[in-house]
Amino acid sequence: MSPRPFRLRKISNPPVISGFKPYGNKKIGGKTESVFLHLEEYEALRLCDYEMLNHHQASILMAVSRPTLTRIYSKARQKIAEALVQGKQIIIEGGKIYFDSEWYSCKNCGCFFNNPDKQEEIKECPLCRNSNILNYEPDNEETEENTTRYSDICICPSCGYETPHRCGCPCKDEICPECGTNMVRKGRPHKRNF
Amino acid sequence: MKVAITSNGNSLESKLDQRFGRCGYFTIYDTETKGIEFLPNPNKDAQEGAGPASVQLVASRNVQKIISGEFGIKIKSLLDSLKIQMIVLKQPEKSIREIIDMLHN
Ligand SMILES: [Zn+2]
Ligand SMILES: [Zn+2]
Ligand SMILES: [Zn+2]
Repeated sequence: MSPRPFRLRKISNPPVISGFKPYGNKKIGGKTESVFLHLEEYEALRLCDYEMLNHHQASILMAVSRPTLTRIYSKARQKIAEALVQGKQIIIEGGKIYFDSEWYSCKNCGCFFNNPDKQEEIKECPLCRNSNILNYEPDNEETEENTTRYSDICICPSCGYETPHRCGCPCKDEICPECGTNMVRKGRPHKRNF
Repeated sequence: MKVAITSNGNSLESKLDQRFGRCGYFTIYDTETKGIEFLPNPNKDAQEGAGPASVQLVASRNVQKIISGEFGIKIKSLLDSLKIQMIVLKQPEKSIREIIDMLHN
C-alpha cells in the first residue's frame, strides 16, 4: 500500500462502522466479551497504519504530543490483538476526539471558511454574505489532478510541520505557522542560503 | 457578535496579517456596537506555541469568528473544539477597514 496523499483539511473521519463481531467461536457456551476501542485509538490507528503517517505527523494531526500519540497508538494495537486472540468483539466508541469541520469557499469574495456548528446549515458567506458558496470537500474530488496537487508538500525543516504546496508560491516564502521557520519542498534536495 | 481580524498594525488602514499565531495585532471588532479594539499580539516573537497562545487570547474575548490568511493544523482543531469559525482570506492587500466594510454588506 502506498502512502495516501497528505490532506490538510480532513483531519479525521468518523469510522464507517461501530465495531466488529467475531465468528466461529470454538469456546462452547462462552458469551462474547467486548473490547472498547476509543475513537482516538481508532484515529491513531487509522493515521499510522492506514494513512501510513509517522507518529510525528499523526500527533500533529490529532493535536496531541508525540508521546501521547504513541501511547494512544499502542493502546489501540493492544486492544485489537486482545480481540483477535481472545475472540472478543470490538466496539468503537467514546474517547476525546473532535471531527474536522466542513469547509466552504465563497465564489464572491474568494474566502474559505468552516462550519463550526454542525447543527446549523451554512447558507451564506460569513464575510460578504453572498450565497454563492461551494462545499469545499477535498475527499469528494479525488481526481488525478488533485492527487498530484496535494502530494506536493511544503515541510518545515525545523519542526516537521507540513502543508500542501501552493502552486506559484515558492516554498521558502512560506513561513511555518508552528515555529516561524521558512519552509522547503518535501522530498527534494534544497539549497540553504546562509 | 465579535470577530477577530489579524492585522499588521493598530489602525483601520493596517493590512490583513496573513499569519494567525504570529500576527502583529488582533483587531477585535464587535458587529453590534461597532466597537474596535487593537490587541498587540504578545506571541508575535514566541519561539513556540504562538498559535495555541493566540487562540487562548482571542477566545478570552469571546470572539466567534477569526479572519486571517492561514491557520495551522493544530490551530484548526483547537478552534474546531472551541466552535470558533475560521475565515481564510488570502488577500494581504486588504485593509482592516475594507474587511469590516465587507462584514456590513
Ligand atoms: Zn464571501
Ligand atoms: Zn516549524
Ligand atoms: Zn511549497
